[in-house]
Amino acid sequence: MADPEIPAISVVELGVIGQVAFEPRADGGERLSVELLPTFVGCPAIDVMRQQIGERLSALEIVDEVVVPLRFTPPWTSDRITPEGREKLRASGFAPPLLIGSAFDGAELQLHIAQATCPYCGSRNTTLDNPFGPTLCRAIHHCEACHQPFEQFKAV
Amino acid sequence: MTAETLAPATRDAAAELLLTLADDEFVIGFWDSEWTGIAPMLEEDVAMSSISQDEIGHARAWYELLANLTDDDADRLAFGRAADEYRHAAFLNHARTDWAFTVARRYLYEQADAVRLEALVRSSYVPIAELAAKMRREETYHLMHFDVWLRRLAEAGEDARARLLSAVERLWPDAQSIFQPLVGEEALLAAGILPAPLAELRGTWQERVRAGLAAVGLPALAEVAPSDDGRTRRTDDFAWLHGQFTMVARSEVGATW
Repeated sequence: MADPEIPAISVVELGVIGQVAFEPRADGGERLSVELLPTFVGCPAIDVMRQQIGERLSALEIVDEVVVPLRFTPPWTSDRITPEGREKLRASGFAPPLLIGSAFDGAELQLHIAQATCPYCGSRNTTLDNPFGPTLCRAIHHCEACHQPFEQFKAV
Repeated sequence: MTAETLAPATRDAAAELLLTLADDEFVIGFWDSEWTGIAPMLEEDVAMSSISQDEIGHARAWYELLANLTDDDADRLAFGRAADEYRHAAFLNHARTDWAFTVARRYLYEQADAVRLEALVRSSYVPIAELAAKMRREETYHLMHFDVWLRRLAEAGEDARARLLSAVERLWPDAQSIFQPLVGEEALLAAGILPAPLAELRGTWQERVRAGLAAVGLPALAEVAPSDDGRTRRTDDFAWLHGQFTMVARSEVGATW
């Protein structure tokens, strides 16, 4: 299933799927639980994603019930985007976020978010225009080499 | 520690803490969403809208935790209360005013929110600790953003600097109320739900704000204490905002969206 705001990448590649478990129900039926780890707490696409994941899996008719609980542990971070997901982002004109490891505050994060590789020409000579882009998860950069503005999936 | 294992007095105090967290984020999110379309530049329109959306989203998450704890409903908590039932800090009562005022308030607020979330990631109440850890990563961007704006205005011409300084001085006494001690705080401290007294967090916040202002050449702020009604005092400005953000919910009672 594709991400509602960036259709080039699937929810699995985006890393927002947590634990998946088959659970017995009290009435003898079976429930499938698929945890959703939101990219941003206030992401307006969360409800749509939960609904679509539920519908797709229910349509397979392998269990009696599908639930998609929200989880904040482990917290989703941009490091969860898979290598395939990063390549798909790049191919569709989004710079993937740099891997941040445990650095997410202060000066270290500032260095991370200021850097991006232009998805069009591959230059690293780029500047951060605005850490806040058209959606919560996107920042806007400008390429000094090919003079193209581009978006980056935010490092968070 | 989970909702089921809390003693009633501790649960009530935890509910009060969650209400202050949610109301702070909700009210500042609504005030600053007013900049959408009229911020000083296009990039700032986008940034302010994004930041406000973050805050409303955080408020929703805190309201949902609170609703789970007290068997209530997040939408009712957000939109179904009278104006005098909100528990946001007094400096969020003021209208948006001008850009310098907004930057001053956001700077004071983001510094406070950072101190608060750093403490809450150590909360013994797991749902609070998890949410705080997640929000901290997002709030880091907010603080960086208003740090940049504080410097820009402080180092700009006399008018910008004068407006910024006057706003900081005007907001400073009411801003103390973000760390006003809570009813039942002892129970929260004993249970480890609140890992440090709010008075101690206020000290950390004051140090950081003073250092931040000094770094951009603004004068030191006076020593002030939070007033007792810091989270209960409401103003005409807030009554107006309350009318705005409850308008849709009031127009169709029981509607879902």
